[in-house]
Parts: sequence; C-alpha cells; structure tokens
Amino acid sequence: MPYYTDKKEVVEVDEDTKIIKGSNVIITTLDKVINWGRSNSLWPLTFGLACCAIEMMAAGASHLDLDRFGILFRASPRQADVIIIAGTVTYKMAPIVKRVYDQMPEPKYVVAMGSCACTGGIFNTYSTVQGADQFLPVDVYVPGCPPRPEALMHGLLKLQKKIIGESGRWGSWK
Amino acid sequence: MGQLEIEKLDETTFVLQMGPHHPATHGVLKLVCEFEGERVVKITPEVGFLHRGIEKLAENKTYPAVMTLTDRLDYISSMTNNIGFCLAVERLMGIEPPLRAKFIRTIVAELTRLSSHLLWLATHALDIGAMTMFLYCFREREQILQFFEKICGARLTVSYPRIGGVRVDIKEEVLEEIYRFMELMLKRVDEYETILTENRIWIARTRNVGVVTAEEAVSMGLTGPALRASGVYYDIRKAAPYDAYPYVEFEVPLGEKGDTYDRYLCRVREMRQSAFIIRQCIEKMPQGEILSSHAPDIDMAFQGKRKIQPADSLWGGFIKFTTEKEEIMPKSEVYSAIEAPKGELGFYIISDGSGRPYRMRVRAPSFIHISAIPKLCEGHLLADVIAIIGTLDIVMGEADR
Repeated sequence: MPYYTDKKEVVEVDEDTKIIKGSNVIITTLDKVINWGRSNSLWPLTFGLACCAIEMMAAGASHLDLDRFGILFRASPRQADVIIIAGTVTYKMAPIVKRVYDQMPEPKYVVAMGSCACTGGIFNTYSTVQGADQFLPVDVYVPGCPPRPEALMHGLLKLQKKIIGESGRWGSWK
Repeated sequence: MGQLEIEKLDETTFVLQMGPHHPATHGVLKLVCEFEGERVVKITPEVGFLHRGIEKLAENKTYPAVMTLTDRLDYISSMTNNIGFCLAVERLMGIEPPLRAKFIRTIVAELTRLSSHLLWLATHALDIGAMTMFLYCFREREQILQFFEKICGARLTVSYPRIGGVRVDIKEEVLEEIYRFMELMLKRVDEYETILTENRIWIARTRNVGVVTAEEAVSMGLTGPALRASGVYYDIRKAAPYDAYPYVEFEVPLGEKGDTYDRYLCRVREMRQSAFIIRQCIEKMPQGEILSSHAPDIDMAFQGKRKIQPADSLWGGFIKFTTEKEEIMPKSEVYSAIEAPKGELGFYIISDGSGRPYRMRVRAPSFIHISAIPKLCEGHLLADVIAIIGTLDIVMGEADR
C-alpha cells in the first residue's frame, strides 16, 4: 500500500484530536497542544527554605528521579515555571520569596510543600508567616512535615493535571 | 560603562549580595561580599531568614513535646538533635536509660552521621562541580532513610528517642539489614574516594582554600570535623562519652593543614568510623528494656493536678479549683553537649520545677561556623567562597533557630 493515498480519512483519536490517516497531519486545538507541552516540561526553581528542601532534593536525586516527568530543577527564576515553597516562610524571608516569584515569567505556578508553607505548621510564632498563601497564589498544597518525596511527586502530577485542564492561557491576553 | 560617574572610577571595590536565594548557600544565608577585582576583601554574613522562634516555643511546651521542635533544628540530622535534648533532660532529672536503649541510640546517631555527611558530600561536591557525587550519595542516603522508616516510621523528622530511652525497639531483621548495609557502605565510601580524593580538579579547588590553623579554629569556636581537620583532638564522644560510646572502639580522624581538602578527608574517614561503630554496636547489642522506669510520661503535666474543693463562702462560688503546684522537675540548670555531625551541639536548660523548661538555649555549631566565614574567605576568589560555605557544613535551621 502506498504511503500517500487520495482517500483522506479523518480519525478521532482523542477528544478534540483528529489525525488524517495516511499523512503526518494532526488536527487539534491550540489549548491542547500548549497544555501538553507545558505540563510535560515543568521546570521548578531550586529554592529551598527549610527541612522540606531536603526531601525536595531527595525527590530530584537518584532514587526517585523527577527528571522522568520532565521536571528539571533550574537555578534561576527566569528559567522556571514552578516555585516550590519548600519550608517555613518567615516574615524576613517573605519579601524575598515574593521577589523571586515576581521574577519568574508567566505562566507560573506555586506548590506549597509541607505544613509550614500550607498553614504555618507547628511554628505559630511572632516570626513565621502562617502559610505561603497569604502572599502567593498557591496552586497545589502538599501536606506533611515534611512530606515524603512521593507526596511531592503526587503534588506535581496534580499540578500537571491542573495545567492540562486550563484553557486560553496563552497569547498576550492570557 | 558610559553611564559610570567619574568619581566611581576611583573606587576599586564593589559589593555583591549573595543569597538568600542562592543554590549554593545551603539554605537561606545571605552574604554581603566586598570584592576587589575577584578577591574577597570583606564578607558580612546576614542570618535570621529562617528564625522560627524555636527557643521561645520550647518555653511553652512540656519536655517531651519539645522533642518535635528539636527535630527541626538541624533537619539533616534530627536523631542527634533528639538525643542531645534527651541527654540534657536526663541529666537534669538524674535518670539513666537502659543499656539496650543506649546502644540503639548510638546506632541511630551514627546512621544519622552517615546520612548527614552523605548530604554534605553530595551538595559540597555539586557546588564545586562534581554532579556524579550528588547522585551517588543520595543513593546511599535513601537507603539510610529507609532504615529510619523501618525503625520508627519517619524519614526525616523522627522524634525517635525518648527521655529515658527510645520509643520502640529495633527488630533483629532490621539490625541484620543494617549490618549488611554497613559492609556495602564501606565499599561505597571507597567509591567516593576514587572519584574525588585524587581528582586533579577537586584538589585544585580545595587545597589551600579556607585554611584555619589550630589556634584560630579553637579561638573561633569551631567544633566537629571543622576543628579536627586543623589537627585538634577534640571529640565529645571521646572527651565526655555518652550513650554507648565507652563500649565501642573507634578512631578520631585528624587533619593536618586545616584546609577544605583536609575537612573533606576528615569527614570521609569519619564515615568509615561510623560504619565500624554501628557494626560493633550490633555485635555487642544487649537484650533488655528500652525505656527507663523513671522516664516521664509522654503527656506529662506542666503543673500539678487541678482539684475541686468546696468553697469557703458563697461569694466565691460553690466550688473552688486549686492547682497543687508540685515539683515535676528538679529546680536546676544543666548544659549538656553531644557530638552532632556538624560539631558540638549543646542544650542549656533552666528548670523552675514545672514541666516546661524555663529557658532552653541551643548551642548550634552551624551558627558559630557561620561566624568563621569572613575569616576563612579573606583573600580568596569568589568561586572559593562557595567551596568554603560548603566545607563548613551549615544548616540554617540550626543557626537561626
């Protein structure tokens, strides 16, 4: 059978995704393509604050390799998509976290890792911010003190799921 | 360049602020560095970005409840923090844990030392540019954390020791597994050494970087491997033995020059000694109790019990609550130090007789090591600052508390 046929048969392989049989053409929505690309190359920022950073490193290291999900840690906020608030945010640190977040390009996502970043945890004191959501738009909360690396992985997969469900978050109008 | 003012051209130094978000500062440390060219003129460390008020929180918790806070001091080696706090309270109360508990504590403390040194080696080598070490070290570290899970159910913040013993016993199977892992661990340490010890790049980056003489190290208050690399024989495990250290034989590795390379060698040799200590402990492990009969209850009261009594008069209501203040703890103060992986970790506790510490002060090695950064960095290049921060093994949770 020849590679190219005149008979153009359109097959729907997924919701809103069609392929033309016998050719290299895929028809889909822009949302779907962008969300597919975006969710499979989540680059978090190497930004450790406290205990949870050790588990974040463990999640990125050899045993529980995060690279297989396309999640590579980047050292600069200019190259990052996700900021993982891994640890206690103090009042002294909060402006710096905000500045680092502001330096990230859109679209950007926030994962609050650990009890401290979610609610303040056991540190209900004069110096601790009671949850990162007081000054950042948090997308995913990962509870635990500290959460296991598997829990962080689950949180990041949830974030991927959230990104896949987005619509119209591209272009200058967002 | 065209925008530079003419007066500014006379200034030969410039200020660079490193941190708090910098992947190589090991947490949230800020260094205000003044450079002349690429040479460091002056460095001012700024701490406090992780100040969570642990010492103040400890004043409002009962003694067993403070344990959860000590986990989060030096979060890389939480077992030794717990043990240090337990020892301080035990010395305050005058109780002694059973022998088996002492051996178990020694095993977990040395496992913690291994995991802490592995994390140090991983990050230190990664900062200097050896990516392979990061992946190699985390492979073994994961296994040690799995042992912690088998022992007590937690990976990082364990809260495993108790005042007067330990929480649960270690099963024989787990002990055998740890014993077998120690043989593997010794081989792995050799593997790390083949990568780094004679590596030309490693030697060029670490030799003669951050040299501290013995006198300087003592006067700056350095402890742990940072002090021993300068050739000072001071190890609390030998100087004031606690737990099961009197029952085991081990060497204290010493350095000669006190540079970054010596500190690296010191820690790597310590890893071997830790493996030897764990093996000896498992071989000599006695049977018996794991918790002393005098140990305080985990939900101990901070004051005496409340009692209901009939009131004297109608004005005061029909009943009266009285709290009989009883002395739960002896009224005294205690300072007790242990050899944590980073150095001398001390707890100074003042007791006023109630079930809560009146004041708990932590002598954290990281805080004192940060104060040594300006001295060590003098005259070095910017790239060496990274190596010096790494070699001191700083954890900000402990320094800022």
